[in-house]
Amino acid sequence: MSGIHFGHNHTPYAPEFRPTAGVRVPFAWLAPEWKLAVMLTLVVGTAVMPLAWWYWHVGAGVLLLTVALSGRVALKPLLWRVLWLLPFVAGAALAAVWHGPTGPGWPTVAARGGLCLLTVLIFAAVTPFGALPGVLRRIGVPALLVTTMALMHRYLFVLVDESDRMRRARTCRTFTPKRRFGWGVNAEVIGRLFVRASERAERIYLAMCARGWK
Amino acid sequence: MHIPDGFVDVKTAVAASALAVAGLSYALYQVRRELPLRRVPLLGLGAAFVFAAQMVNFPVIGGTSGHLVGGALIAALLGAPAAVVVITTVLIAQCFLFADGGVTALGTNIFNMAVVAPVVGIAVFRGVSRMLSGLRGQVAAVAFAGWCSTVAASLACAGQLAWSGTVGWAVAFPAMTGIHMLIGIGEGAISALVFFAVAKARPELTAATPVLPKRSFVGYGLLVVIGVALFAAPFACPWPDGLEAVAAKLGFEHAAKQPMAAPMTDYVMPGVGSAGLATALAGVVGALVAFGLAVFFSRLLVKNETVSAETSANS
Repeated sequence: MSGIHFGHNHTPYAPEFRPTAGVRVPFAWLAPEWKLAVMLTLVVGTAVMPLAWWYWHVGAGVLLLTVALSGRVALKPLLWRVLWLLPFVAGAALAAVWHGPTGPGWPTVAARGGLCLLTVLIFAAVTPFGALPGVLRRIGVPALLVTTMALMHRYLFVLVDESDRMRRARTCRTFTPKRRFGWGVNAEVIGRLFVRASERAERIYLAMCARGWK
Repeated sequence: MHIPDGFVDVKTAVAASALAVAGLSYALYQVRRELPLRRVPLLGLGAAFVFAAQMVNFPVIGGTSGHLVGGALIAALLGAPAAVVVITTVLIAQCFLFADGGVTALGTNIFNMAVVAPVVGIAVFRGVSRMLSGLRGQVAAVAFAGWCSTVAASLACAGQLAWSGTVGWAVAFPAMTGIHMLIGIGEGAISALVFFAVAKARPELTAATPVLPKRSFVGYGLLVVIGVALFAAPFACPWPDGLEAVAAKLGFEHAAKQPMAAPMTDYVMPGVGSAGLATALAGVVGALVAFGLAVFFSRLLVKNETVSAETSANS
């Protein structure tokens, strides 16, 4: 099972989200199916229940805090990610203030949004993405979608590294600093990335055929 | 445009998820039937490509930056069914990996960004690239398709937020659609630049306009129209609520004791004639401006039409 690799400071994704291969999966005794089920229950429950049933929200919060503080989840990247996404929740909660009496009201929106956000992030922290295609295949998601997801996970980091290499190469060769990160250069990099991706796809097809895929 | 958890209510989430599942199933069926086997890995690579491309930041004024969304671009490069599968995969990964977009709003997000955006994008792309010939026409078509798909997706998003009662239509509509009419210009420009870069590097990748049979056009069109009728029509037009109108037409309005009314009826109804007209007018003017920009941009970008036409004809 390959790990999740992200290592780019210019991206919104915290570099610590990239567990290196061999790092132990937290709560490995719980099958990913069950983790997914618990996460879905928590999220759906939180999103549906009114704030008047506060014991659900408090219970969910306590469970999440227990998992987060169990010492098996890296807290710093989690906090960064929460901080990064919080403005979106706050913005929509702010928009709900204007809405008036018919809506659920901004405290509900903010509480639901925040709690669900934390649930998904903690789920992502304790479940490697590489485990998801297997789970989806077992619960009957169409094979084509699962294959696409597995291939995306396999090659995402390859392509991200490739685009970074191309950008570095461009930076070395472009003398006028003004054009270094211009739109044209970036688009050129993305266009090349597509060309390379489609070339790679053809090679992968041959490799898959060689291994008996049909 | 990723809607987080807790922003859409149960009926919106269920309705949008049903539409998303219908769109995705149809796309999977078409891909299985029509995409050559050797292009199947391209779906996964395409998803990885979209994901990686979204991480490249394009500087905008004042230290802010934007990035490509890619629905229209990938639809123009791979065709609508493949684009639906690709963007859906990206959205699922973003949802479970980074909490970009909520789990309960996943169906809603898939409908907006993976069904509406590519379908509108490919329809506009094919229409415009037939109207304006050559590589220039294609680049203009991609630019305009990028704008249209962004605005269409934001319209669906605003409708869903309003239908859920989270944010009033009077706030959601101008905020979402107005801002995305500007963002769409960036999306269109980046899509055109990338498309042009691909066309220069490997003309055969862009030379063949993706095949899309008429029947599938009807299918996708129906899905988008149902979505618009469900999410946006109750607010945007003076007619009765979309569901109510359908119920009246089918003759079972008596079956429902309490006809489902638009949640914001009192808010929108006064002066809806003029406001609706003004909105429609603004939309038309915006679209015309975007189209003009797209054509202008393509002329700026594709300098020597004859050379480009020759290279694409040769390959």
